[in-house]
Amino acid sequence: MPVLIARRLDEALDELAAHPDTTVLAGGTDLMVELNFGRARPARVLAVDRIDELRQSAGGSRVRLGAAVTYARLLRDGAGSRALEEAARTVGSPQIRGAGTVGGNLGTCSPAGDTLPVLAALDAVVVLRSARGERRVPFAEFMTGPKRSVRRSDELIVAAEWDDAGPAQTFVKVGTRNAMVIAVASLAMVIDRARRRVGIALGSCGPTILRAPDAERFVRVLCDEAGWDRPLRLSEAERTELGRLVSAAARPIDDVRGTSAYRRHVLGVIAGRALARLGAA
Amino acid sequence: MTVAARPRLRGVVGESAPRSDAPPKTQGAFAYASDLAREGMLHGATLRSPHPRARIARIDVEAARALPGVAAVLTAADLPTKVKFGLMKLDQLPLADGRVRYAGEPVAIVAAEDPERAREAVRAVRVEYEVLPAVTDPVAALHPDAPRLHDDGNVIEDVRVVHGDPDARADVVVEDEYEVAMQDQAPLGPEAGLAIPDPDGGVTLHVATQWLHEDLRQIAACLGLPERKVRLVLAGVGGAFGAREDVTLQIHVCLLALATRRPVRIVYGREESFHGHVHRHAARLWYAHGATRDGDLVFVRASIVLDGGGYASSSSAVVANAACFGAGPYRVPNALIHAVGAYTNNPPAGAMRGFGAVQSCFAYEAQMDRLAAALGMDPVALRGRNALRDGDRIVTGQAVEGSAPVADLIRRCAALPPPAPPPGLIAGEVDLTALPGGVGNVTRGEGVRRGTALAVGFKNACYSHAFDDFSTARVRLVRERGEPVAYVLTAAAEVGQGIVGVCEQIARTELGVQRVVVETPDTSIGSAGSSSASRQTWMTGGAVLAACREVKAELARRAEAHDRVRRTPRDGEPVDVDLAPLLDPPIERTVTHRHRPTEPRDATTQNAGHVAFLFAAHRATVDVDVETGIVKVVQVATSQDVGKAINPLAVVGQLEGGIAQGLGLAVMEEVRLQGGLMRNASFTDYLLPTTLDMPPVVCDLVEHPHPDAPYGAKGVGEPPTISSTPAIVAAIRAATGRELNRVPVRPDDIVFGTAARSGWRMRPGADPRTAVRM
Repeated sequence: MPVLIARRLDEALDELAAHPDTTVLAGGTDLMVELNFGRARPARVLAVDRIDELRQSAGGSRVRLGAAVTYARLLRDGAGSRALEEAARTVGSPQIRGAGTVGGNLGTCSPAGDTLPVLAALDAVVVLRSARGERRVPFAEFMTGPKRSVRRSDELIVAAEWDDAGPAQTFVKVGTRNAMVIAVASLAMVIDRARRRVGIALGSCGPTILRAPDAERFVRVLCDEAGWDRPLRLSEAERTELGRLVSAAARPIDDVRGTSAYRRHVLGVIAGRALARLGAA
Repeated sequence: MTVAARPRLRGVVGESAPRSDAPPKTQGAFAYASDLAREGMLHGATLRSPHPRARIARIDVEAARALPGVAAVLTAADLPTKVKFGLMKLDQLPLADGRVRYAGEPVAIVAAEDPERAREAVRAVRVEYEVLPAVTDPVAALHPDAPRLHDDGNVIEDVRVVHGDPDARADVVVEDEYEVAMQDQAPLGPEAGLAIPDPDGGVTLHVATQWLHEDLRQIAACLGLPERKVRLVLAGVGGAFGAREDVTLQIHVCLLALATRRPVRIVYGREESFHGHVHRHAARLWYAHGATRDGDLVFVRASIVLDGGGYASSSSAVVANAACFGAGPYRVPNALIHAVGAYTNNPPAGAMRGFGAVQSCFAYEAQMDRLAAALGMDPVALRGRNALRDGDRIVTGQAVEGSAPVADLIRRCAALPPPAPPPGLIAGEVDLTALPGGVGNVTRGEGVRRGTALAVGFKNACYSHAFDDFSTARVRLVRERGEPVAYVLTAAAEVGQGIVGVCEQIARTELGVQRVVVETPDTSIGSAGSSSASRQTWMTGGAVLAACREVKAELARRAEAHDRVRRTPRDGEPVDVDLAPLLDPPIERTVTHRHRPTEPRDATTQNAGHVAFLFAAHRATVDVDVETGIVKVVQVATSQDVGKAINPLAVVGQLEGGIAQGLGLAVMEEVRLQGGLMRNASFTDYLLPTTLDMPPVVCDLVEHPHPDAPYGAKGVGEPPTISSTPAIVAAIRAATGRELNRVPVRPDDIVFGTAARSGWRMRPGADPRTAVRM
């Protein structure tokens, strides 16, 4: 199996253009597991973790995060999103966080990908580059199914971009172990007070990352009523209603990690807690 | 002449001596079995049945044999004998012949030039199966109408304990049904072995195992070789916990080596390891406890069904343990306990730390809490009131001798320092790792309730029921560069538990020499028995002690002959260097050590079947997020009767490790089966406790020496896994008010309050074959 370790972006894009059967390797935290279990036998591998351009990030009002930035670096240097940092902290073990990347999370595109609900709730844009040019795809259009996305075989995920949404954002992940666990259910909530925008996205609760538009609308109304710049005091009835709306947005299944009934239930609980925490801040 | 002050010996009995294998193991330099290599070796791989129950219509190996780099492809047709193997009952062929009884059963083996080609050859073997409906409910398997999975029926073992009046009546009775799911031993080192053909037509096998001689017996029989032509050498063992009690790849790798006349190595991956070894028995238990209004136990009645899976393994002894210890470490005047092990088409079950005592302890300790609630008594007081005392008889009629400080353990454990109080609702920055769900950010105190509870358990040490239990040790005291050095050889498997250190410390103490070399175990010496049943310190430690004492006696004779009698060492003192010249020739003694005989089991199991009993109490404190069902075990405190801690630090290691496994069974570890197929054969989905799941452990080592054991040291390995599980679950019950009659406890059980129901109606104490479908 030929492995090309690319140092420059154009070199990587040429390789992808020439060989559409190439498997992209970033941190290897998904691919190496697949190889170990004998589930993947790639024809060719392109390693992109040494490409400088993919390791660049930029802060400010428009945040850009390079695809090959590892979770560990993102936690050290800041990601331009508090929720994304919280999500990165839940990924695997220190070793996995030292190797895994946000680009890899996007590339694998698992419904359990920890950073994906945050990117969805932030309305992030996935930046795809090929030898033919660049495409910018909103996250909502990027992921099409479990481990399926609109990335073409000659395209490389180079970055994710989003508008800085301020401090009122959080990520919650439920698993049956207190560390190193794949999400049974997860939720990202973003209240962008400046833009008066609410994003709520759910992980491990359907074939793709799901948004909860009715719940988002409900929270927007609450913020409108309370005033976007003021603390939000959530009544018990409002908390219950939010939980109901979030649970209803999920399309969970029963699998080896959890039941659909539990997933729906727990989403309601963590949605209420997330809003209570963000509203009080 | 004055005798110079002699330096004190380091690492004698009672000291927390550092392990000699710790630096290489922590630095990655230790050679585990999977690191074995030999020039020109081939790589073996195994084809396993994808079906839990099927007839094999045809196997075509031609395509596989024709692949380049493939040296051998073997099926049942190539077996040199039709001899079956098995730990206690010979019921399995090394390769399935005509029938498969569980998904994962080996059907064909191959040897090839590299692992990739070996896997390719496995894929190229064509097997035609006629799939049959799988029997996966062990209660259904016992039904008279169930398909017969083996020629002798579906009952592997049937043990009925009848004690006092089995129909006794009581003022207060509590009754319920319990379930224990299948747990995996999950040793970090996967199964591995290297077989090398010998010029005499025999074979030498380097393998990670718990019991070299038992492997040898089964391997030689299946190969059709005399036992003297099969030699085993212990390779580095990366954990065992019962999973290496049975033959897995041993016969396969020898068959391939003999067929190819080349060295062959087989190393399982994690997924294959899950399919390759036996697991802890899943269990259904129906219990009734009766007591007087004052809280004195009147009776215990129980029916227990253990799922043995496709083959028997050690099920018969596990069933006996579940029954014999099924009433707990309490004075119970009347008991009726009926335990049956069933063949099913699930993966086979066998030995795992705790060995049958774990399953019943979960049920009887839950019952004791229910009884306390029904009586309006404090559950700790109820346990103390009924605790076994020295001389009391357990329900098998055997008196507990030498030590039974059960009430003392309960009292001490309940009094150990509690953890810090729960943090309450936290605003702002918080150490999430201290809360349920950890950095998942699920709770910052919301929904968290604390619970604390205590449980106590017991089991036997060493082998039981008239088994000839022995261990052999050879001790050589030699002079090297003027210094005395002791060499110790036994066949005892170091599986991580620390038997090497125990042997070193005993030899140092007895012989008074600093340098002790424990040699690599092999079958050139007599059996040591298995590294299981918490028995190696007692048995192999006892053999080393006895051999050292014979060596010391010879040394004294020589010293007397040379008029150096005053300088023979006293216990714990270094041997005088002047004695070194007496070691020409070296002194060598080989001793076989036996514990006192035990009685065989009879029809009602009223006999002295066990050599000794091990007791421990555990108190667990948990924080539960009751809205999400996530559990954080905050602390486990334990008082355990260890007899004598030969190495206190190593004992603490055993207690902490055993509690980690008990915690795993309490809240996360479960082999998930669906129609006999394993759904989580990986460490991604078979969850083991991480360092953030494992709480601080407060260890209280109670030293109540057993008169028969070396230095009074009892086994310590198993009790930590027995009552830690029920203590944790009881603490979760205390925090949530939920029933929780099944382990592992799932978040659903906490959130929705679901109770596990088998769907079978069973009167506790009745024959499990009479269960009626509800």
